[in-house]
Amino acid sequence: MLKLRDGVVELYRKVATSLPPDVEEAVKAYSAREEEGSTAASMLSVIAENIRSARETFRPLCQDTGVPVFYVKVPVGLSHAELKSTIMEATREATQKVPLRANAVDVITEKNSGDNTGEGFPVIYFEETSAGTLTIDLMLKGAGSENAGQLYKLPLPEIGAQRDLEGVWRCVLDAVQKAQGRGCPPYIVGVGIAATKDQVTRLAKQQLMRKLNDVNKIVELAELEQRLLADINSLGIGPMGLGGRTTALGVKIGVNHRHPASYFVDVSIGCWAMRRGRLIW
Amino acid sequence: MLGDAERTADMVSPKNLTLPLSAEDVASLRTGDIVLMNGPLVTGRDKVHKYLVEKRPQKSEIPFEIAGSVLYHCGPIMRKTDTGYNVVAAGPTTSIRVEMYEAEVIRQYRLRGIMGKGGMGEKTLKAMQEAGCVYLHTVGGAAAYLADRIKKTLNVWLLEEFGATEAMWLFEVESFPAIVTMDAHGNSMHKEIEDLSFGKFRELLKV
Repeated sequence: MLKLRDGVVELYRKVATSLPPDVEEAVKAYSAREEEGSTAASMLSVIAENIRSARETFRPLCQDTGVPVFYVKVPVGLSHAELKSTIMEATREATQKVPLRANAVDVITEKNSGDNTGEGFPVIYFEETSAGTLTIDLMLKGAGSENAGQLYKLPLPEIGAQRDLEGVWRCVLDAVQKAQGRGCPPYIVGVGIAATKDQVTRLAKQQLMRKLNDVNKIVELAELEQRLLADINSLGIGPMGLGGRTTALGVKIGVNHRHPASYFVDVSIGCWAMRRGRLIW
Repeated sequence: MLGDAERTADMVSPKNLTLPLSAEDVASLRTGDIVLMNGPLVTGRDKVHKYLVEKRPQKSEIPFEIAGSVLYHCGPIMRKTDTGYNVVAAGPTTSIRVEMYEAEVIRQYRLRGIMGKGGMGEKTLKAMQEAGCVYLHTVGGAAAYLADRIKKTLNVWLLEEFGATEAMWLFEVESFPAIVTMDAHGNSMHKEIEDLSFGKFRELLKV
């Protein structure tokens, strides 16, 4: 799978050095809404300038090239193990070539593997598809924003959150309020609601792969996404947490069925440098 | 702002600072000031802070002077060349992670500036007020933009031990932009904004 490996290396390069057009457009659109000459406006203008400069010079736009997270849709009959090994090889090569920052650290020895591979690193999720093509989605998830995420178990009386969508709305606002500027706002916020902890964290992160203009097929969730975006932007945290009208560029919510006794909500925070991309093979 | 002074006539013009900083420089800075730094800049993140506090290395063990320095919370991407190391990308990392160490590091090593993103807590703010130190906020994620303002890699410490991301680098910077968000007079923009947004949050949630 030599060619596929090269394709994945190129996917790494594209994702690390250029922001998806929808995110770049959103940064520009929100800039226009900030007061001229304000700290918020100048933060967004430096961000826009950085996006341009990174893309033109093929340099990573953020030094934290993050945890690579792969969502792979595999046609029937293709080996997951072989694909995993191709992705691992491509990761080693991309670390040298792009270059990426080596971010995989052994918890026991504290040694950095030096090539972004290790136990469970990169994160790879496989799913079988009836389609004839292999689809590889990659997100480079920055750690500053990853650290700003929160997991909730409802009900939660402290914030008046019951086990309903109104309760979810409260959790998301609480998470953003707690994050302040620590995860590089303006944020893209992913939310997962389901029966178990592992389900919701995965679901929340996966929402960050959705384009900003993607409208939720579930009407109630589409409405909640819009309402949350407006409310988050009324908090005044602003770009980099230094005040302003732009605290988030988008909110995306995903749900699974839940257990009668469980109502887990996970809020995954994505920084403005929401690096994602797709390779179709 | 941030190096683009002519664009915004109505804005406060940036202050040029020569590194390392003097006590007078620090005393003159107030939250909201926009600065452009020139001179040697030192990096250090999680491992450097833990090492400085736990091992308490003597100043003579550090291959360059850090008294008066601005310590930049940054784990850069570096590229090794035949002649040394080049900076590829060098934006700030989240400062609050080293809150438990920073007050002691400021006092022990007589730092005059801490630079990063997201701001720091009460303990650091108090140490800054007592020791004469400021917190400088630069633009998170703007790693290519900021790398262009690093002109040279002058030296490095703890590279073998910690690797390129966690080592202490000494860079030469030119017109490196930041905003003072915590000053040596006890003011913190982060605290102000957090209080304001918390008020708005409580109003929305009615809690």
